[in-house]
Amino acid sequence: MPLLEASTKILLIVMVRIAVNLISGRTIQQGVAIEGGKEKPYYREAAGIIEMDRSDLKKLGAWKNTTVRVTSPYGSVIVKAVETAQGPHPGVAFIPMGPWANSIIDPNTYSTGMPTFKGTPVTLEVAANEPILLGIELVQKLCGVKTE
Amino acid sequence: MTRTITDVVCPFCGTLCDDIEVIVSDDGKKLLEVDNACVIGTEKFLHSQSPDRITRPRMHQEDGSWKEISYDEAVEYTAQMLAKAKKPLMFGWSSTNCEAQSVGNEIAEMSRACCDNTAATCHGTSLIAIQDVGLPSCTLGEIKNRADRIVFWGCNPAHAHPRHMSRYSIFPRGFFTGKGQMSRKLIVVDPRVTDTAKMADMHLQVAQGQDYELLNAFRVAFKGEWLPDEVAGIPSEKIREAADILKSGRFGIIFFGMGVTQSLGKNHNIDEAIAVTKDLNDYTKFSIMPMRGHYNVTGSGEVFAWQFGFPYAVDLTRGFARYNPGDTSTIDLLTRGEIDAMLTIGSDPGAHFPISAVKPIANMPSVCIDPHLTPTSGVSKLHVPVAFNGVETGGNCYRMDNVPIDCRKVVEPPEGMLTDEEFLIKVRDRLKQLKGAA
Repeated sequence: MPLLEASTKILLIVMVRIAVNLISGRTIQQGVAIEGGKEKPYYREAAGIIEMDRSDLKKLGAWKNTTVRVTSPYGSVIVKAVETAQGPHPGVAFIPMGPWANSIIDPNTYSTGMPTFKGTPVTLEVAANEPILLGIELVQKLCGVKTE
Repeated sequence: MTRTITDVVCPFCGTLCDDIEVIVSDDGKKLLEVDNACVIGTEKFLHSQSPDRITRPRMHQEDGSWKEISYDEAVEYTAQMLAKAKKPLMFGWSSTNCEAQSVGNEIAEMSRACCDNTAATCHGTSLIAIQDVGLPSCTLGEIKNRADRIVFWGCNPAHAHPRHMSRYSIFPRGFFTGKGQMSRKLIVVDPRVTDTAKMADMHLQVAQGQDYELLNAFRVAFKGEWLPDEVAGIPSEKIREAADILKSGRFGIIFFGMGVTQSLGKNHNIDEAIAVTKDLNDYTKFSIMPMRGHYNVTGSGEVFAWQFGFPYAVDLTRGFARYNPGDTSTIDLLTRGEIDAMLTIGSDPGAHFPISAVKPIANMPSVCIDPHLTPTSGVSKLHVPVAFNGVETGGNCYRMDNVPIDCRKVVEPPEGMLTDEEFLIKVRDRLKQLKGAA
């Protein structure tokens, strides 16, 4: 038993957290999803993801399509880590524009009216058992809106 | 029997493709098929036919449920909300026609509202730069017929404007560009190897957020002056090579997108991109154009500018139009907690604003006018579904190169549904009564 406990502790210690530079933007899948209905699960499939470089996935020690928690100074969100199809871009990660990205991006406008949607420092860790919320559900939860 | 409607305008992105063919049922009530549109445009046309579509206004109840109400009740709530508010915000306008925008401006004047469009989160910083240094631009037709040097800087039309490249910028055979793609050189500047970058003759994988430095290095390279070995992650030889490609063209265009407008530097990045364009005109003819996103965000800027003098971030609370981005701009107004009522139309701030700017919307009287269910409708007190503009009603829209194009109605909206403009006219007339101005 003591041996088992010790190994569990070691497992906890090696939970990896990596730092990347987050950008956000349009993808064609996200475009189709917003026109097809933001209440549908396809919107989550299209935009509730983080596109990562293969080397960053390796650093994180995660398989493709693992659920991860992304944290910035402005919030934290659960999304699915996928390998980017528009890489390589080591050190840069991409969440398609939408409520998942906007839970954590830098809202500072520096007197231009424009939030800093691109270039938010974030950390990533595996969160395999956490649920990825639907788009509308996520915003309602963060805003404390009562739902049925 | 079916009939085919040709030359339909697609109401998705700023490319505003006008060669769509739509097949409708003989009675004009069902839209059956869409040809020529991209996958996003097709989805937009077809989603209007969705059987689970919301067709009547709904009020959010205390217990979290939604109660269906009539359009008249929705008009009453909206007019009362705007009449009572001290500093209401009317945001969106980019997915509706210029006629509705103009009625909206009348309402904004009467209720002394702040009004803003989705430039707040796309090309607002470009507008600031254009006011600072001007914009040498052209139409997409000129690009198709003349441009042999194409730059996509911080934009990814393969995903965001899917038919832009085939209609205007890369593939079409124009009057002086008869060999299509063969007669053009394409340079893409992007921190990712985007699907657009994969098609380019040259891809400069700029370090994210260092666009200003690279643009500045281009200006140095044009003059043949000294450059460090590497700027923004790009070797100086490659910058000089790209600079020579641009200088050697007969007519070139820089398209720029969110990569430069939303990264740090913001309007200054655009200042510098415009300066690059100006410098290139010492050697050849060059233009620059923002890749506008929503199909009528350009029109909203035009209508605001024509009626209030400013293209976005207009504040009418003092009874005259003020414009001061950072002060009168939507994200800043919301995060500072200055707004006490919100009307959203033709956009989805709930999904596309930073969450800190969405939270206040959930805690104030709010109306969301949108045919779809969205995060904004999910946090608003009243959701007013309307006919799809460009599908179930026509109206004037502006393409990204400021060319006005009339959208077409191709199918009837579900029985009893109002258009944006019809709903706003009712609100305007009720507001007039409430303000005693009838």
